[in-house]
Amino acid sequence: MEYILIIISAVFINNVVLAQFLGVCPFLGVSNKVNTALGMSAAVTFVIVLATMVTYLVQIYILNKLGIAFMQTITFILVIAALVQMVEIILKKISQPLYQALGIFLPLITTNCAVLGVAILVIKKDYNLLEGVVFGGSTAIGFGLALVILAGIREQLDLLNIPKGMKGVPVSLVIAGILAMAFMGFTGIVK
Amino acid sequence: MNQLQNFTKGLLNENPILVLVLGTCPTLATTSSSLNGMGMGIATTFVLIGSNAVIALLSNVIPDKVRIPAFIVVIASFVTIVDLVMQAYVPALYETLGIFIPLIVVNCIVLGRAEAFASKNNVLTSLIDGAGMGLGFTLALGVLGAFREIVGSGAIFGYKFIQGDGVLIFVLAPGAFLALGYLIALVNRIKKT
Repeated sequence: MEYILIIISAVFINNVVLAQFLGVCPFLGVSNKVNTALGMSAAVTFVIVLATMVTYLVQIYILNKLGIAFMQTITFILVIAALVQMVEIILKKISQPLYQALGIFLPLITTNCAVLGVAILVIKKDYNLLEGVVFGGSTAIGFGLALVILAGIREQLDLLNIPKGMKGVPVSLVIAGILAMAFMGFTGIVK
Repeated sequence: MNQLQNFTKGLLNENPILVLVLGTCPTLATTSSSLNGMGMGIATTFVLIGSNAVIALLSNVIPDKVRIPAFIVVIASFVTIVDLVMQAYVPALYETLGIFIPLIVVNCIVLGRAEAFASKNNVLTSLIDGAGMGLGFTLALGVLGAFREIVGSGAIFGYKFIQGDGVLIFVLAPGAFLALGYLIALVNRIKKT
């Protein structure tokens, strides 16, 4: 039951992009086509789950043990950067098709604040490892959901006649605002 | 390009938020009031100036292949300094900005300036570039925060000037997206003519 609460709250109520403003850059950057959006969400899910696990273990077994919790930011970002790099190399060796699908998104993910954000939030909220991984996974699903919805709308948008100044980023932001309003409707489902 | 132009380019022509649209996450998250927005802006400015200067100093020493991780370490060190200083001296602001202070590390503006500017220029020029970009960022956050505060809660810098509530949606999440969208559209319009 606890896990279901975490999932519903992370996917819908506290949606990572639309309510917490994490990962807005890729949200605006790679939402031109539904296919790229799907690829990006898959890559992000993969990296977030892996990164949450590793950073959690690093925090508990290295930083806390040595009493250097203030090194959290530096350590986490390096762990994430190294992890992304490693995933890229492994994917390239093991599965060429998967690498071609996700490869171009991987370098971008290091600077996706959702990854570092989730890693820090898991520590702040005092989750255990399993809860942390569930939280990370469902946050990533929430990110994917928002990204794919926006991409779907933006594909239709190409057919419309939009004022010049509003083209591109501004109109996407306004749509994101309306989406955020829709997602506010979920507030109160879970206490 | 002289130093004055170098400084002012960050304010409007190459404003990191309104023109380049970098670093949108803290922009949206911390501008529920003008003071919060500007606090975030100042913290980021400090990191920008510091990291730009240090990276310009070290750019000849850092091997080309590992420059990105090296830049990230420099930036993360400055972010840790800001994090600890704010926790000690402005605890209230620190609480409100919360997770977005450590997240300055992944703000695209900081790494972007390091890679595009500081690694290719001397210390003084990089320092001025960092200050200009940081000021542009702070300005944009301040304007956005002031707008959301005036419309959303009928106050400015915390002083209320109307009775009751404003248009509450502008203080909440959707208002952030709407306000930034229209602000960028406005800047686009001004720049065109």
